[in-house]
Amino acid sequence: MSVAIQRETKIVDERETKLADERETGFAGERERAVWNVLEGVMDPEIPVLSIVDLGIVRYAHWASDRRLHVGLTPTYSGCPATDVIRRTVREALDEAGYDAAALEEVLSPPWTSEWLTEEGRRRLEAFGIAPPDKAVSNPRHLFHAPVVRCPRCRSDNTERVSEFGSTPCKAHYRCTSCLEPFDYFKCI
Amino acid sequence: MSGADAQTNTEASNDARLRYLLRLGDTSLVLGQRLGEWVGHSPALEEDLGLANLALDLVGQARLLLTYAAEIEGKGRDEDALAFFRDAPQFTNLTLAEQPNGDFAQTMVRQFLIDAWQLEIYEGLASSTDTRLAAIATKALKETRYHFRFSSSWLVRLGDGTEESHRRAQNAIDGVWRFTDELFAADEVDEQMAAAGVAPRLTDLQPRWSARIDEVLREATLRRPANVSYQWHGKRGVHTEHLGHMLTEMQHLQRTYPGAQW
Repeated sequence: MSVAIQRETKIVDERETKLADERETGFAGERERAVWNVLEGVMDPEIPVLSIVDLGIVRYAHWASDRRLHVGLTPTYSGCPATDVIRRTVREALDEAGYDAAALEEVLSPPWTSEWLTEEGRRRLEAFGIAPPDKAVSNPRHLFHAPVVRCPRCRSDNTERVSEFGSTPCKAHYRCTSCLEPFDYFKCI
Repeated sequence: MSGADAQTNTEASNDARLRYLLRLGDTSLVLGQRLGEWVGHSPALEEDLGLANLALDLVGQARLLLTYAAEIEGKGRDEDALAFFRDAPQFTNLTLAEQPNGDFAQTMVRQFLIDAWQLEIYEGLASSTDTRLAAIATKALKETRYHFRFSSSWLVRLGDGTEESHRRAQNAIDGVWRFTDELFAADEVDEQMAAAGVAPRLTDLQPRWSARIDEVLREATLRRPANVSYQWHGKRGVHTEHLGHMLTEMQHLQRTYPGAQW
């Protein structure tokens, strides 16, 4: 656990930060966009084709009433080891872009869901060989039945789950029964 | 109420909140460490990955809970200090969580009973008056749901499997059932937290836990053991001999090289 990084983050409830957001005037748009552009350059350490923006873990980037830039990140899974690496990389990217006074915050509520993955993120995942998550997370069927997963290589729907757990917490292990290739499926949560 | 009384009251409730968070965090941490002991030893690669994933979630949940506990304690300790520099009597996990892994059936039964318990606890905590605890619980609940799906499906496979797997699963449940009484035994900490709307009432959760357990046991063709009235007190710091041995291994590096980092 990287204590130094953990110390500077504070746990925030997104519902509270929305209020700060509303207090902001509409002039912040362009400044914020520049920050989002920087964040789009930060890649997930485990899935290097995905930016953290694609992954949906950047919850906000705005100037609050304390005149500081606040960037909110949410972990995908409580114990995801990539969280610390991502936080450090974001800090470096912000420092490099001149936002060294930015406050990095950890947002736990609402919890991350795979529905926050962007369309671009889904496309990049599949091109990388990882089947993107089923869109309807809220479908209660997914609690008990595995969804139909399309093979990212040959596009066949004839696939089977080998294990609910894969190489990282966010992935499950699948096999295509048409082209016989194994592949990862980005789980719905 | 005078100012001094109000002050004492806040302190009392902060003390209860701290103890409540430590119990939850310690239970996740100890169970996560136990699962971590399986890495490289599981019966199949998929289960090895599965148990490691569960362990990771549990340690992650423990980290969120213990970080919060350390802030409330306000003595300059962090979650690492709580995990690595306390001795067994200061750990307040459920006694069930520290029980040794045994064979795969024993590990799965222990997991199943605690997953079902955490499902109820986190569902209740999701609407806690403590918004930070509610946020942690809502996050943890998502993970606990698939932990339960994993452990209950194994229980069915083992129980309704071969003669040997059935025998082992039944032995496992008979062996640890005596620790389940502690899961819902409320003491003054639980009472205070329930009264403040921070935590759900344990007595409300027990019937739902019981029904959930029974449903899976039926499908697994396993027999639910008779209740044992002897009360264990892991959450008051009174442990079985197993916790000390586990901590020796878990804390070895930090005790030998305090503050060491990767």
